Amino acid sequence: MKTINRKILRNLWGMKGQVIAIALVIASGVATFIMSISTMQSLKLTQATFYKDYCFAEVFASLKRAPESLRLRIQKIPGIDRIETRVFAAVNIDIPGFPDPATGHIISIPDSGEALLNRLYLRQGRLPEPSREDEVVIGEPFAEAHDFKPGDKIGAVINSRRKSLTIVGIALSPEHIYQMPPGAVFPDFERYGVMWMGRAPLGTAYDLDDAFNNITLTTSPGANINDIIDRLDKLLKPYGGLGAYGRRDQLSHRYLSEEFRQLEQMATIFPVIFLGVATFLLSVVIGRLINLQREEVAVLKAFGYRKLDIGLHFVKLVLSIVLAGVILGIAGGFWLGKWMGTIYMEFYRFPFLKYELHPYVAVIAALVSAMAAILGTMHSLRKAALLPPAQAMRPEPPATYRETLPERLGLKRLLSQPTRMIVRHIGRRPVQSLLSVSGIAFACAIMMVGSFQGDAIDYMVDVQFGLSQREDLTVTFVEPTSRKALYNLKSIEGIEHGEVFRTVPVRLRSGHRSYRTAIQGLESGGDLQRLLNAELKTVALPPSGIALTDHLGDMLGVRAGDMLTVEVLEGSRPVFNVLVAALVSQYIGVSAYMDMSALNRLMREGNAISGVYLAADSQYLQEIFKKLKGIPHIAGTEIREKAIKKFYETMGETILIFTFINTFLAGIIAFGVVYNNARIALSERSRELASLRVLGFTRAEISYILLGELGILTLAAVPLGFLIGRGMCDYIAENLKTDLFRVPLILEANTYAFAATVVLVAACVSGLIVRRRLDHLDLIGVLKTKE
Amino acid sequence: MSKSADKETVVFKARKLTKVYDMGEVKVHALRGVDLELYSGELIVLLGPSGSGKSTLLNIIGGLDTATSGNVTYQEQDITMASDEELTNYRRFHVGFVFQFYNLIPSLTALENVAVVTEIAENPMNPAEALRLVGLGDRLDHFPAQLSGGEQQRVAIARAVAKNPEVLLCDEPTGALDFATGIIVLEVLERINRELGTATVLITHNADIAEMADRVIYLSDGLISRVRINGHKKSPRELRW
Ligand SMILES: Nc1ncnc2c1ncn2[C@@H]1O[C@H](COP(=O)(O)OP(=O)(O)O)[C@@H](O)[C@H]1O
Ligand SMILES: [Mg+2]
Repeated sequence: MKTINRKILRNLWGMKGQVIAIALVIASGVATFIMSISTMQSLKLTQATFYKDYCFAEVFASLKRAPESLRLRIQKIPGIDRIETRVFAAVNIDIPGFPDPATGHIISIPDSGEALLNRLYLRQGRLPEPSREDEVVIGEPFAEAHDFKPGDKIGAVINSRRKSLTIVGIALSPEHIYQMPPGAVFPDFERYGVMWMGRAPLGTAYDLDDAFNNITLTTSPGANINDIIDRLDKLLKPYGGLGAYGRRDQLSHRYLSEEFRQLEQMATIFPVIFLGVATFLLSVVIGRLINLQREEVAVLKAFGYRKLDIGLHFVKLVLSIVLAGVILGIAGGFWLGKWMGTIYMEFYRFPFLKYELHPYVAVIAALVSAMAAILGTMHSLRKAALLPPAQAMRPEPPATYRETLPERLGLKRLLSQPTRMIVRHIGRRPVQSLLSVSGIAFACAIMMVGSFQGDAIDYMVDVQFGLSQREDLTVTFVEPTSRKALYNLKSIEGIEHGEVFRTVPVRLRSGHRSYRTAIQGLESGGDLQRLLNAELKTVALPPSGIALTDHLGDMLGVRAGDMLTVEVLEGSRPVFNVLVAALVSQYIGVSAYMDMSALNRLMREGNAISGVYLAADSQYLQEIFKKLKGIPHIAGTEIREKAIKKFYETMGETILIFTFINTFLAGIIAFGVVYNNARIALSERSRELASLRVLGFTRAEISYILLGELGILTLAAVPLGFLIGRGMCDYIAENLKTDLFRVPLILEANTYAFAATVVLVAACVSGLIVRRRLDHLDLIGVLKTKE
Repeated sequence: MSKSADKETVVFKARKLTKVYDMGEVKVHALRGVDLELYSGELIVLLGPSGSGKSTLLNIIGGLDTATSGNVTYQEQDITMASDEELTNYRRFHVGFVFQFYNLIPSLTALENVAVVTEIAENPMNPAEALRLVGLGDRLDHFPAQLSGGEQQRVAIARAVAKNPEVLLCDEPTGALDFATGIIVLEVLERINRELGTATVLITHNADIAEMADRVIYLSDGLISRVRINGHKKSPRELRW
């Protein structure tokens, strides 16, 4: 090895604490980048593979009933590749030993041969025998939640008839990678399951022999999907078509796409912060190092080392630190990515996860880190390279200090001598002090981003289910029913209150914008479903016209007072215009609300109801469930509280893991900034401090002079961190806004407190490490050596 | 360019050298028109009080700095207008420096401090041999912090001579050393001048040291006030101050 390179190794070793601190910050940035990108790419690849190998459909539609012969006409739509007609039905599931009502969907699979589309990946067991009407394959998450194995039996209410079904297989489907009960907010693997059954027996059960009520298809390359959807819609309309849609609107696919967006965001925001902080640290540390080595550089130049040699020398030094960080970061990111993958597999059910880190991702991370580092230290590197050697041999003039603003304002007398030294030292390097403050502030901000999601979810749930949707149970009927059903339910012991509702699937249209949703017809004066205004105050349901979730209003480009076209997607599919009466606030999902009687008037169908919201005494829940299971035409019962609880249980662990990672990362930044600051301050001022010791200052006093400055910077950083953190959370919230959910910018006091605590603890730890060095300050040695 | 060439070969020639440091409000005239020759193989002492411009002169002829006016030729080549690149090459291949505060690289051992220079030179000595030449053959792996001032300065000399330079420029090499140690360092310089024939310029403000020179050049206030040819060259051992 060339001697000049050996110098690099020795220099690195000499400041190993700082090198480690900076390398860790770089590693954190690289790791978050690698983790997010690799997880996203792996998920995308897995998704694409699963979609392709198991023939995930591109267009989906449900309808009431159409003869199988309609298929031939559909086939004629240009651009269609494969078509699969199916029977698709909602079922109530009865699980032995599990009292809660569970619902699900049962989907037909062809009796012979492989399915053309949405094929099943069998995890265990086999497909149902074509002739058997009691055999089903069930989805993996549902099976896991109840520990089902092939051979187990479950009960199901199929078309109002109770049936005992034997589980013969456990499977995954590209159509149900993310399994959510329709209209629900959270996945609930215990109370919602997807099942598959042979086409013939399922068709018989639903009077759909030689007919279908669901169709999926793929298109040939280059086909115009929107055109196909339109044409399919027209063909299905007479058969009770509920509107066809593409993958974009397919629930499982949508959730996955949202997840990818979040990962993408994470892959930019976090690495940018970390690299920014690392760049700043490098610029300060390398700047200081080069200042200390002025004379060494001058000697090397005196002996004929060229500008380029000197520049490259320090570039190598910088890059060694970056390299350490990058290697650590890649390893860490790889490990975290694999781990993230397994966490995702809890929610997103793929048959396998091909976790892959593309080398080019690592290369990009390395190049970007290296470039940031070089840019950050460019000023110092140039200075070293261009250093005039003759001048560098002369000792540097003493640093210039000035009286600072507070002193000039006459506060001088109030400040003790050591305090004045602190204030002047900060004032001497305003830019560096400011950057230190920003660095620490970012640590605080990262902490807040970590906790923010938890706070926001709590708040969303509180608002949605505390203020707005206050029912304990929702009972949905198989078909619109008369109001009488309400009285049957109300007579069950423990039911305190009930309010009916009518759900009408619609496509809302304004100009060229449209959105598929359902209008919720609510009882006027109802108490279980409340509409909230922007201040989250309850507002009355407008007697006529429609109320839209504010986000839906934005999506459609309408405001209160505008007119909106409603295309009903069921029955005779009437089309009418309504007035947008109000925009209401809602964080989860988007919806349209109307007074039920107004809705029924428009639908011209009297007092039909789709279901009932119930308030129940929780003591009686078990009995209520039992009774409900006995009522035949109930399509499903949803229990909010249990679903939320279950969700929190699953999410709790994930949130904890992310909080831990964030705390760790923020700790690294805080430590990196504070520790480096302290070390540099120590190196710059050890002579001064040693002189003070010789003059009789105590250890405590000189510690105060050095660490007091860091204390002030850290304290100044915390409020700034709060501001930055809020801004970052706001940015994230704004970017995550979708019709699935809008994360409100909610930050609880304990989030602020926790963030500040982590930063202060990191600062104290760094302070203590430096303090130990201060205690061992070599008084004579320091004074003897020439700086 | 043989160093054993007769003593009338001119290594350096400086004509009307001036150097002005522009300090904004004030201009410091460090050199006010200096004429000087250095012959091959000779040892000259630049004598003058602090602030008289000795270091400035040395830096200019060593290619560390450039003059404000006048010109310097090195072996018939004008280096006054040389580019930074040419000056670097000039220092790399022809000049060896010894500084008052040794300026060793603290993170490198004695051997490495020499090697860092020989690695970029054209026709260097073996670094260990250079250290043996200054009597430090047994201290090769010591770091500067483990060496006394005199030993550090000898390492610095080994570093300067290891590249086999034509000239050795020493700026107060004994300035930071006590008498006895200073003598040892001067003996090393004298021996190198004698045995290797390296033309040597030695700066000092100590008139006694001038007794070991072939020629003594007195500098005061940026001008050469006197040049004395030393008929009776003393060996460093005979010096007293
Ligand atoms: N880089 C510089 N900037 C400003 N003034 C300088 C610089 N280098 C030297 N001087 C001034 O030039 C004069 C000569 O300095 P120098 O050559 O170092 O003297 P000597 O080496 O004889 O003590 C002094 O007055 C000194 O202050
Ligand atoms: Mg001098």
